[in-house]
Amino acid sequence: MKSHLTFELNGEATETFCEPRQSLLEVLRDELKLTGSKEGCNNGNCGACSVLLDGRVVNSCIVFGLEAQGRKVTTIEGLAEGGTLHPLQQKFLEHAALQCGICTPGFLVAAKALLDVHPHPTEAQARAWLAGNLCRCTGYDKIIRAVLDAAPSASGGK
Amino acid sequence: MLPAFEYRSPLSVEEALELLAKYREDVKVLAGGHSLIPAMKQGEVCPKVLLDLRRMAGLSAIDPFEDGGLRIGALVTHRDLEISELARGRSPLLAEVASQVGDAQVRNFGTLVGSVCQADPASDYPAALLALEAQVVVASPRGERSVPVEGFIQGAFETALEPDELVLAIDVPRSWARTAAYVRVRHVASGFALAGVAAQILVEDGRIASARIGVTGVAERAFRLAVIEEQLLGREPLPGAFAEMIRGVALGREILSDGAASAEYRSHLADVCTARALRKAISRIGV
Ligand SMILES: Cc1cc2nc3c(=O)[nH]c(=O)nc-3n(C[C@H](O)[C@H](O)[C@H](O)COP(=O)(O)OP(=O)(O)OC[C@H]3O[C@@H](n4cnc5c(N)ncnc54)[C@H](O)[C@@H]3O)c2cc1C
Ligand code: FES
Ligand code: FES
Repeated sequence: MKSHLTFELNGEATETFCEPRQSLLEVLRDELKLTGSKEGCNNGNCGACSVLLDGRVVNSCIVFGLEAQGRKVTTIEGLAEGGTLHPLQQKFLEHAALQCGICTPGFLVAAKALLDVHPHPTEAQARAWLAGNLCRCTGYDKIIRAVLDAAPSASGGK
Repeated sequence: MLPAFEYRSPLSVEEALELLAKYREDVKVLAGGHSLIPAMKQGEVCPKVLLDLRRMAGLSAIDPFEDGGLRIGALVTHRDLEISELARGRSPLLAEVASQVGDAQVRNFGTLVGSVCQADPASDYPAALLALEAQVVVASPRGERSVPVEGFIQGAFETALEPDELVLAIDVPRSWARTAAYVRVRHVASGFALAGVAAQILVEDGRIASARIGVTGVAERAFRLAVIEEQLLGREPLPGAFAEMIRGVALGREILSDGAASAEYRSHLADVCTARALRKAISRIGV
């Protein structure tokens, strides 16, 4: 039996129906057709499915969709404003911080959560914060460079 | 997608206890789900009914006791503990452990109480909870009882919880220690502890007046180093001074041996982490 689910998704009031056994990732991808959040391991290990739930980064594959009831969810689709990429997205492009790209949405969302809490992270902070996101291609270094480089513009020069 | 189950989200403890009494072995309690959902996905558990605690009021708080202790509600996440001023002030050891669990995503959703109920022998918390002599607050139709963590965790993935019981909170007594530290060696891939040691020490007049040391990750269940706690009494807290007493601290336990680490290696790591935890705690005196 499906339950009625209402929540704020990327700033917009959203409603859908889902089964209690559906993960938030399944609700986003299968019910709402937002396929930016990726399924990597489907078991909490890789961070490809990272979304923000009330501003905190979580693995949406091991959170039930019903959990979002009445709360705010931000996905990778909510990062760019209008046609303008988020500074993190821009810097990922400039630093070539991706190869196959499956980990990228998760990294961007987790990095946004980092910059929201620590607008000027040290490299150690950035590495520790992003430790839940796995990348099989880049070797992480370019990702960390991109995040650190995005920090000044993401914080609006503050 | 997971196999279907009946989903219940009670609003009160009474309602939750009624559901537990009704469904008993068929029901699984859901807190953060960060152990339960992966286990369901692996097909290791297949509950008919899922009892989601997350709509229940009053379980998300970290409450101070007047005597200096803390009550940590069943829905308090690792991250809540890591950043709470109250928790950091009153139980820096617990906050230190919380900040090391898993990764940012896991800390944002998994809970302390869920971790204790899971009783994973590789979980980080039990070392600190034993050193802190924490208590598990359990509710059932028969009323409430408090169980020391040491007795609550009975073995690997085994607790003293009856099917009709629910954990409401963990109580951490007032901290008497001058200093504390948690040191672990994690498995590179899983991040769980291969060995983790929490130590807290009271120093009076330049001598160790009390010590509590808990070890996790090494054996079927976490354990205290009572002998070393005794031996430390009256000694001067000098960093690195206790090497001679830290030899084979895990011997005599059922030491875990698996693909992640052999029993010999875990036993060695238990010594290493014990020495490091003591050194770190002592180095923090006066900070
Ligand atoms: C990728 C990943 C990495 C991790 N790394 C670490 C790590 O490094 N160190 C570490 O210690 N842990 C780690 N964990 C485990 C994590 O800490 C979990 O959050 C924790 O073990 C379980 O908490 P939970 O709230 O998610 O519990 P749940 O999964 O909801 O529940 C766990 C068990 O406890 C029962 N339960 C929960 N709450 C209650 C209650 N109030 N009363 C009765 N029964 C209850 C449930 O029925 C279930 O059987 C990791 C998890 C993941 C997914
Ligand atoms: S898909 Fe969710 S953590 Fe890997
Ligand atoms: S770019 Fe391929 S996994 Fe990260």
